[in-house]
Amino acid sequence: MDWSLIIENSIKGFIGINAVYFAIAAIGLNVQFGFTGLLNFGQAGFMACGAYGLGMTAHYFGISMWWGIPIGIAFSVVLGFLMGIPTLRLRADYLAIVTIASAEIIRLVVRSVKFKTYFGGSDGINGFSDSFRNIGDDIGIVQANQYGFWPLRFTGREIWTLVVGWVVVAVVAYFVYLLMKSPWGRVLKAIREDEDAVRSLGKSVFSYKMQSLILGGAIGTMSGMIFALDRGSVQPDNYSRDVTFYILTALVLGGVAKVSGSIVGPMIFWGIFTFMDNFLRQVAKDPVHLGNFTIMKSTQVGQLNYMLIGLTLILLMVYRPQGVFGNRKEMAFDGH
Amino acid sequence: MVTENSLSEATVVARAALSGVERAPGAAKPDAILNASGVRREFGGIVAVDVEHVEIQRGSITALIGPNGAGKTTLFNLLTGFDKANTGSWAFNGKSMEHVAPHKTASLGMVRTFQLTKSLTKLSVIENMRLGATDQKGEKWWNGLFGRIWKAQEASITERAEELLNRFKIGHMRDEYAGALSGGQRKLLEMARALMTNPTLVMLDEPMAGVNPALKQNLNEHIRGLRDQGMTVLFVEHDMDMVHDVSDWVIVMAEGRIIAEGTPDDISKNPAVIDAYLGTRQGQSLLEDE
Repeated sequence: MDWSLIIENSIKGFIGINAVYFAIAAIGLNVQFGFTGLLNFGQAGFMACGAYGLGMTAHYFGISMWWGIPIGIAFSVVLGFLMGIPTLRLRADYLAIVTIASAEIIRLVVRSVKFKTYFGGSDGINGFSDSFRNIGDDIGIVQANQYGFWPLRFTGREIWTLVVGWVVVAVVAYFVYLLMKSPWGRVLKAIREDEDAVRSLGKSVFSYKMQSLILGGAIGTMSGMIFALDRGSVQPDNYSRDVTFYILTALVLGGVAKVSGSIVGPMIFWGIFTFMDNFLRQVAKDPVHLGNFTIMKSTQVGQLNYMLIGLTLILLMVYRPQGVFGNRKEMAFDGH
Repeated sequence: MVTENSLSEATVVARAALSGVERAPGAAKPDAILNASGVRREFGGIVAVDVEHVEIQRGSITALIGPNGAGKTTLFNLLTGFDKANTGSWAFNGKSMEHVAPHKTASLGMVRTFQLTKSLTKLSVIENMRLGATDQKGEKWWNGLFGRIWKAQEASITERAEELLNRFKIGHMRDEYAGALSGGQRKLLEMARALMTNPTLVMLDEPMAGVNPALKQNLNEHIRGLRDQGMTVLFVEHDMDMVHDVSDWVIVMAEGRIIAEGTPDDISKNPAVIDAYLGTRQGQSLLEDE
């Protein structure tokens, strides 16, 4: 069993690019779900907006990649309105249905053969991220070089995306933190509890919910951009339902309605996930045989890992429903 | 009973203004802040509210009473935009209100509370209060990012909120979660929060429900206090003693319609009202301590 590899990979999982793009998406989801109480199950759809905004610059529009940032955000604003206008006047569950469906519609449309000229079909879009990589080269981070020391060793390519990614996390987190401390955030938290009370005090609940949905969605869009830049490609199936639910899981793990929770949750999620995966793979290298029964074949690693993740989450919900950073008191008074 | 010499100046003025008003459903008032005509709301085949005409006198405390299911709360919901009327028109301060969204009625000066208190239990008491203030600069997200834009306003809002909390004797609970308050304290908080909007008409839906008798006296004083500060109060209540104690004018609803209007003394002796409450004529006053 190679512990040094397990530890190194786990630490990479903890602070790696997966944690980064999950954290950004979770911060956005936290604005909607944690602070406003909007059940957005379509965060993957917003992420796809960002990824395709970037990808389409080269693939379809034929313009500089940097235009992809405003284009992606514009896509997500449009998506927010499309989801919000019909549903935000209704009960919360309707938004959940519409968001989950919208995200799937987006995925199916972008991977369809019919629209291949715009979105690249199921192959997705590649080769648009050079201008991003070039900046890394320009400031002297050589993509192929190894940097750092055990257990923190990254290639130059990884380092450049990680630095940019964590800067985006920090900026977005501070932005949301400021907003939630402001009277604007107070209105959102009040809406989460009782819309009619907020209405009776002269605030337009619909307008605030729309702002929250779009703001959270635009942050999710940035997450999709970071992910696309890291892979250097946009693949439609990276924006499926499970992504939304893993992000939601990571958010709940960290603690909803806390900005810190939406950063630490994804880190712990990917830390544990990577650790288990690596650990089980090491076990499977040298399986234990009990008669005909083999403990851990390498093909079983993935399944078992997901089961254990599920079990961890069940235990967490039972024993610490507020998550790692959540406020027990804020959870304590249910109903009246 | 409240004796004449203990009445505040505002009470005397309000009662004098109402003394000449006809004791009949839909009576015209000398200075109406709110008037409504032909308001009708049906739920399926049931007519919940069918009010031909009603006016609320400015600067008075008007009680809206009636048996369960009389349509009092529905009328409240209609007037404040929380429910849509099938037909009808009403105006507040001369401004037509039929198509005004609920959140706009509050900014126009017409604020309501709810029968089941809606304290925001996971916000602190002081945050509940701050939420009530209208026209906050920091409630626009692009301003919210910059503390220097809204901090000064926030400080003055907080000051006003603390004053109100102290007046309602829940100042010591300032930093507690509202969920930690007792039922009666939540009623007080909701009323105080409504006042943060600087209303001219305060509509209270059963302010006394679930409040213990000692606190009821206290609440009575607060309601009179509102009127003494120049506000108009319209409240729904079941507690007849309280209605008699605090109101200048009483409107009685039954089965969606207004069946009687008058001073508390008139109403407690009105046979139609006794019928509505008890079903058959008992020939007795509704008050316990006559």
